[in-house]
Amino acid sequence: MTDPTALPLDLSAADSQGPLDDRKFWQRLPVKVWVGLAIVLIYVLIAVFAPLLAPHDPLAIDPANKLASPTGDHLLGTDELGRDVLSRLLYAARVDLPIGFLGALMPMVLGTILGALAGFYGRWTDTLVMRTADVVQAFPAYILVIVLVFALGQGAKSILVAFTVLAWVVYARIIRGEVLRIRDLDYVHAARVAGLGRLRILRAHVLPNAINQTLIYLPSDIVFATLALAAFSFLGLGIPPPTPEWGAMIAEGQPFIRTNWWLATIPGLIIVVFGLGVSLIGEGFEERLHG
Amino acid sequence: MTAFLEIKDLTVTFRVGSAIAARLKGDPVPDLVAVDDITFTVDRGESLGIVGESGCGKSTLARAITGLVPVTSGSISLDGGPLGKRRSKATRRRVQMVFQDPSSSLNPSMTVERTLAELLRVHKIVPRDRIDARCAELMDLVELPKSLLKARPRSLSGGQRQRVGIARALALEPDVLIADEAVAALDVSVQAPVLNLLNQLREELGLTVMFISHDLAVVRYVSDRVIVMYLGNAVEDRSTVDLFESPRHPYTRALMAAAPKFGVKKAPGESAIKGEPPSALDLPSGCRFRPRCPLAEEICEQVEPDLSGASETERTACHFPWEG
Repeated sequence: MTDPTALPLDLSAADSQGPLDDRKFWQRLPVKVWVGLAIVLIYVLIAVFAPLLAPHDPLAIDPANKLASPTGDHLLGTDELGRDVLSRLLYAARVDLPIGFLGALMPMVLGTILGALAGFYGRWTDTLVMRTADVVQAFPAYILVIVLVFALGQGAKSILVAFTVLAWVVYARIIRGEVLRIRDLDYVHAARVAGLGRLRILRAHVLPNAINQTLIYLPSDIVFATLALAAFSFLGLGIPPPTPEWGAMIAEGQPFIRTNWWLATIPGLIIVVFGLGVSLIGEGFEERLHG
Repeated sequence: MTAFLEIKDLTVTFRVGSAIAARLKGDPVPDLVAVDDITFTVDRGESLGIVGESGCGKSTLARAITGLVPVTSGSISLDGGPLGKRRSKATRRRVQMVFQDPSSSLNPSMTVERTLAELLRVHKIVPRDRIDARCAELMDLVELPKSLLKARPRSLSGGQRQRVGIARALALEPDVLIADEAVAALDVSVQAPVLNLLNQLREELGLTVMFISHDLAVVRYVSDRVIVMYLGNAVEDRSTVDLFESPRHPYTRALMAAAPKFGVKKAPGESAIKGEPPSALDLPSGCRFRPRCPLAEEICEQVEPDLSGASETERTACHFPWEG
């Protein structure tokens, strides 16, 4: 037998090769992300160009022509006040989309900041933030929003404030957990040994690696915010009339479900498809990050 | 030569369990003594190896020197100046570390270039317009292709990551480089080139190196001098050649006998060392190796042996050192 240690192999060459996987991040995204992005993009374009796309003024009342069936002039008919349904649906995107996005983004920003501080600095910061989170979570979510909207007065601003007060908790918990895990990893130790400042370590080394989990959660929260807005409008707590809004349109169309079924159904479908698009993005990102 | 890095009576303890619960029950508050009153010096340009079983406190010692773990008592000084709890950016820069696990020691969201450039920028090692050039030089230094500067850790192999880890430590142009099990997580085939690189860098840059490992062969390969640690304390501190030729402390001898060797078969059950190390929460009286020592006598139970010998770097902590 020959001596196995005497193999004439130059093993040092193994380290001198290029990177194993050099594709860019977006090249590795699954197809469903692109499908989701396409759906959301269409919605965004509709919201931006609603005034150009809408055949009629969404607020123009025409009592003589109320509850009309779809015709060439009113492609989706008219509602009980004779307003053009298609125009109202298009204009509603300008209300529902911003509230859906902001209603998730604002809690995310607040929750990320608070959760990161709690996890990174620990001690009383942690206690203060997490006990506050416990208090918020102890309230039933919808009741808390209703109370806040009543207290602040109906309107988009109040709804956003209410969502933020409620939803930051989840982000804070996710981020805090991630920060606690990451803060004891060697690359954070290395940054400390290198004498980098605490804020720089938090900003450049801890947060960018903690944020992935919230980015996965964000789309489902956008769906939640959109649905919640629709639900509150349906209950009459959302955006006050006559501003077109999908949830309110479902509520307005509900009495006529037997005769004019599309009045309630189409806004419902529009919300569902939007939720689907956003969910596809979230799911795809999750697969990409965990797969 | 005068002492460059001086560790004096260094003790690091960790609080374990709940201090409140212990007080309520009237028990003493439990403290785990990870490093127990250790004293040694390292000369400028020297390569010191530290070996011991897992849990003997060698990593804690490294972390205390880098400032990652607070020192309970004792002192650390570098070149005459103290390395205390609060260290300036400039002081921290002088002691750098290479970590064990290459998969967690690099920030996954930063490219190699950003990792290196951040340090060069924050510490103003080179003027701004020289940062790119310096990054390339660092890659040359650790023998990696410059194309990897744009890569993220996930697309690097273990050996490549460890080289980046070394480059990161060297970016700050430290005086002391501490390698904590720097090759333990690498394939055996990749260990040798990385060790060679460390040896070579040490000569080129005049680094003082502390190499921490549980692997005797690795320490023997890279160190001029070796400290053997057992349960938080040094039991033997001698030059590598002497230590491996004639180990004096029974623990050192047992460690060497326990190291696996090519082609040597051991009978099952035949172990050079009895049992597990005792808990660091409850140290035995006298010599801490006594319960496992084949030579233990009465005096070992009563008196803890000093780490002493003919010179500062020729020390053994045993009442009955083996004289070869």
